[in-house]
Amino acid sequence: MKNKLSWLSIPFTIWMAIFVVVPILIMAVYSVTSADGLVTGENFVGMGDYAVVFVRSFWLAILATLVCLLIGYPVAYMMAKEGQGFQRVAMALIMLPMWMNFLLRTYSWMSILENNGLLNQLFRSIGLISLYNSVTGSNIEYFQLLRTPGAVVLGMVYNYLPFMILPIYSVILKLDNSLLEAAQDLGANSVNVFRKVILPLSLPGVLSGVTMVFVPSVSTFAISRLLGGGTQMMLGDLIENQFLGGAYNPHLGAAISMVMMVIVVVCMVVMNHFGEGEEQAVML
Amino acid sequence: MSKELIRLDRCTMVFDEDVVLDNINLNIQDKEFLTLLGPSGCGKSTTLRIIGGFQMPTSGDVFFDGVRINSVPPYRRAINTVFQKYALFPHLNVFENVAFGLRIPKTDANGAKVKLPEEEIHSRVMEMLEVVNLKGFEKRRTTALSGGQQQRVAIARALVNRPKVLLLDEPLGALDLKLRKDMQKELKRIQKAMEITFVYVTHDQEEALAMSDTIVVMDKGCIQQIGSPKDIYNEPQNAFVADFIGESNIIDGIMRADGVVEIFNRRFQCLDSGFEKDEAVDVVIRPEDVDIVPLEQGQLKGTVTDVTFKGMQYDIIVDFYGFKWLIQTTDLAPVGSNIGIKIDPDGFHVMKKSRYSGMFGDYSSYSEEFDEISQGVGDDEE
Repeated sequence: MKNKLSWLSIPFTIWMAIFVVVPILIMAVYSVTSADGLVTGENFVGMGDYAVVFVRSFWLAILATLVCLLIGYPVAYMMAKEGQGFQRVAMALIMLPMWMNFLLRTYSWMSILENNGLLNQLFRSIGLISLYNSVTGSNIEYFQLLRTPGAVVLGMVYNYLPFMILPIYSVILKLDNSLLEAAQDLGANSVNVFRKVILPLSLPGVLSGVTMVFVPSVSTFAISRLLGGGTQMMLGDLIENQFLGGAYNPHLGAAISMVMMVIVVVCMVVMNHFGEGEEQAVML
Repeated sequence: MSKELIRLDRCTMVFDEDVVLDNINLNIQDKEFLTLLGPSGCGKSTTLRIIGGFQMPTSGDVFFDGVRINSVPPYRRAINTVFQKYALFPHLNVFENVAFGLRIPKTDANGAKVKLPEEEIHSRVMEMLEVVNLKGFEKRRTTALSGGQQQRVAIARALVNRPKVLLLDEPLGALDLKLRKDMQKELKRIQKAMEITFVYVTHDQEEALAMSDTIVVMDKGCIQQIGSPKDIYNEPQNAFVADFIGESNIIDGIMRADGVVEIFNRRFQCLDSGFEKDEAVDVVIRPEDVDIVPLEQGQLKGTVTDVTFKGMQYDIIVDFYGFKWLIQTTDLAPVGSNIGIKIDPDGFHVMKKSRYSGMFGDYSSYSEEFDEISQGVGDDEE
């Protein structure tokens, strides 16, 4: 694989070394030392207190990934199968929100979900809240939307959905049409063509979509802070709090980061191994 | 004893105001090997796709066993296809590729879904792999097979469903010459053994002559001639067919009487009849039907302008009064020599004038390359 242009990759290699490899090494050192510089394992032992945050982070990220998959796959499929017009409109709708600032997008969800926000006002005006009160015999002024796990998942889905749609879309788009014709020719109706050909051959796209949604979801801190309102602390918040917040303890923060990284890498390796056969097939 | 299985009735196909098929009528008999032959873009692949159900004709009807099947989708037709680039499923191994059609639940007479038992699937797949000489390859990935092997998987995958008709779209196009010859024999053997109808698409006239019971020569969306390989070669209906099948010298002539044709102002004896007196005609003379004789004995006299050694014979271009002929002979006549030629009465084939008259059959611009380009070798249709 000797290439005349391989020297062009030198700047990137240096960049990666300085800004990825070295920081990870620094983190690794921090995670096994204490504030007075002694080697210790107590950072990892002390992490047990935060088990609930670990579980919540992974649970919400898995939930967000599943929702993204359930919404994203059909959209990607339709984009790949419908005509050019639909394709262009759908692509514009997917890309448009990404041109706005991430925080701005998330803040606007706050004003939608607030107790007196757009959604609750709508529910009130169409009588949904009074209906709820009369059915359940309760007496609420609004639905609690903000500061719930659901709001956090919503924020993740909203922000990361394009990362699910795009890889699946590009894999389905590249499927050889003669394979679909061959399946029909062999007796498969449209359901069977999808189940036996399109779905298995689009798995590599699903895998990369899942990775690209799950990883940022599990480590998010802004979404959980803004939409979870402090009630839904996730790993990202916890780590940030150790470095910049009141609980200042970079050694514990580094240890949590390392554990999270290991878990994510293990998940990805297992998943990629699972889908390896298909991946090879499509790369050919 | 043969019965009609498929009938195309006045089928026309138009894509974006482009007439791809123009009012085609075609009968395909049960258990015959029928070849659709023609240059790129002649409509042969479109005809095949209409039979397979992948395209609906813009107008006209398709009948299968007497039943109109225009709107029957491909998965409900007792027809299977071997695709041009095989279209094997990359996520399945050889066994599962072949088993694909068998694993799809069929609807029985009562509308219930029926799955074939695993043992039957296994035995039918193995039996079919044996037919195509791929025993022992079950577990292989299809992407690791050679072109010829992939081809045979594609054939097995289609035949395992026991179709009444197998459609083959230029299936040997990607193989090298030696393998192609072997596969031609192999396909013919399989067709005989399975006793089913093959509809074969190719632009290779030799392939068509070697394998077919019936050849359908197509050009510009129209059928030019339907007949047995011998008919097509010996009795071409127009200049296009004469030129496309084998080599031909096509000369303007006049039919003076039954059995008498005039070319270059000389009268020759021929076996053709049934033309008007003094009707203008096209006369086909195959290069191998021309004998070179000493100048004084020749019916026509000409000058050799080009000689190509072809192994079995020489291809000689001879100038007769400004019209260049191709003659295939084992006798070498050097460039520049004057020779005489003699043609037996059965060497002439007289055709009515057609839209193709004057377009083919003159070898003034003859060269190997030109011939290959004009026949579109290795060209994909569409």
